[in-house]
Amino acid sequence: MSARDLRGSVAIVGAATTGCGEAPGYSDIELLARAAKAAVDDAGLTMRDIDGLCSASLNAAMWPLNVVEYLKLRPRFVEGTNIGGAAFIAHLMPSMLALNAGVCDAVLVCYGSTQRTATFGRKERGLARNLLDPSPFEAPYEPMNPPSSYALIAARHMHQYGTTRRQLAEVAVAARRWAQLNPEAFARDPLTIDDVLKARMISDPLSVNDCCLVTDGAAAFVMVRADRARDLPKKPIYVLGSATAVWHRQVSGMDDLTVTPSKESGERAFAMAELGPKDMNVVQTYDAFTINTILALEDLGFCNKGEGGPFVENGAIAPGGRLPVNTNGGGLSCVHPNMYGAFATIEAVRQLRGECGERQVKGAKTALVNGNGGVAASSQSTAILATGEAL
Amino acid sequence: MESKTHTGAEATYQAALREGRFMIQRCSDCEKHVFYPRELCPHCASLSLAWVQPAGTGTVYSTTTVRRKSDAGGDYDVSLVDLDEGVRMMSKVIGIPPNDVKIGMRVKAKVMDGTGLVVFEPIGDDR
Repeated sequence: MSARDLRGSVAIVGAATTGCGEAPGYSDIELLARAAKAAVDDAGLTMRDIDGLCSASLNAAMWPLNVVEYLKLRPRFVEGTNIGGAAFIAHLMPSMLALNAGVCDAVLVCYGSTQRTATFGRKERGLARNLLDPSPFEAPYEPMNPPSSYALIAARHMHQYGTTRRQLAEVAVAARRWAQLNPEAFARDPLTIDDVLKARMISDPLSVNDCCLVTDGAAAFVMVRADRARDLPKKPIYVLGSATAVWHRQVSGMDDLTVTPSKESGERAFAMAELGPKDMNVVQTYDAFTINTILALEDLGFCNKGEGGPFVENGAIAPGGRLPVNTNGGGLSCVHPNMYGAFATIEAVRQLRGECGERQVKGAKTALVNGNGGVAASSQSTAILATGEAL
Repeated sequence: MESKTHTGAEATYQAALREGRFMIQRCSDCEKHVFYPRELCPHCASLSLAWVQPAGTGTVYSTTTVRRKSDAGGDYDVSLVDLDEGVRMMSKVIGIPPNDVKIGMRVKAKVMDGTGLVVFEPIGDDR
């Protein structure tokens, strides 16, 4: 058996987000539960049908237990691997394996965070995380992570390939233009390249507009085997490819700051899907920082290494451009509650279902979802999703 | 320093720094240098890691200026430095304004008195 045998064997049949932007007065688990219920309803299933669970949180080491208890689930399959924001996309493959093995029949992937409005104890939580998971060879130098690590990556990319701050700004402006077409997006004010260039610096060369939002939000989706998916109400979105690559933890452990593990996860996901970059109608890639989008487009093969800057120029990834990227507005302008992977997945599902209104990419049949995790592009997970027509 | 120690590599490294000595590891089997200090070689999984004193010279691989309010201490540098032995470490370049630190700059290690922290200073244009 190879990964290719799993191609198209599982479909996403329910998807929902809730509380995107600001959800004052809610806790993480409360938002998560609301998204979970909406996703299960969307799938035409009941919570009793859910016998597989994938979830992760930055705040709780045994988070799937919290979710099981809150939703009163009795899962036969539990997956709580937390590789950072690429989790939830990375949860696809173990879910496919479990579903195909008959270990379970319906997997709920869910996440929720009130990172923006739950200001109580925010500083203490950050300090606690550092205490529990120290980086003894980096922390003494006080990098402001994650921005400083991605700033080091961006600076090296600029040095090596001549990438400019203006090209980074193109990514932020493209995300904002998509967000302006998305009622759910949090940041919809006009944004120009000059605005980004003049914005307050955080860690050179990244300004505040090169960094993702800090919002609340919850996201959930449901997966079943393809044969069952056909009998459920929503158009099934099939998983054609899924692969994850983890290369390091901290930026000082990254061999080449200009190459991310997406190079490996993308190659494996495309091989499993028997498709390539040219076959993708829409791309949802985790834009924690503007440099992430440029790196992903290169590492996934949409352009050559070092050509990501020129590739995004002149609105090429904005509405009306040559490649629709992050059509919800991404982490930069739509939603970013600590970990974004599930939100990228759901935007791909919505595009493939044709639910995206003004921002709909006409006739989208294939979508690439790419996740980023850790403080330095440490983990990457790539998924190829498609409608039944592209099976 | 002995290659066999009775503490973990991290504690051994810090103990040397407290005495003002910056040491890194070198694998006795594959002969590659190793940083950060580990219990086994990340290149060949050998347990035979010996402590060696690096030349202390290196090149800035990447750099960022972390912006901080002046009343909190002001902006500061965070850099990745490639030592001439072929290993990379996070550090900071001191002695020049943070924005003047450039990729490719030649630097030399210095152990900060009292803190056991390895930082780097520019070593001019002659190398």
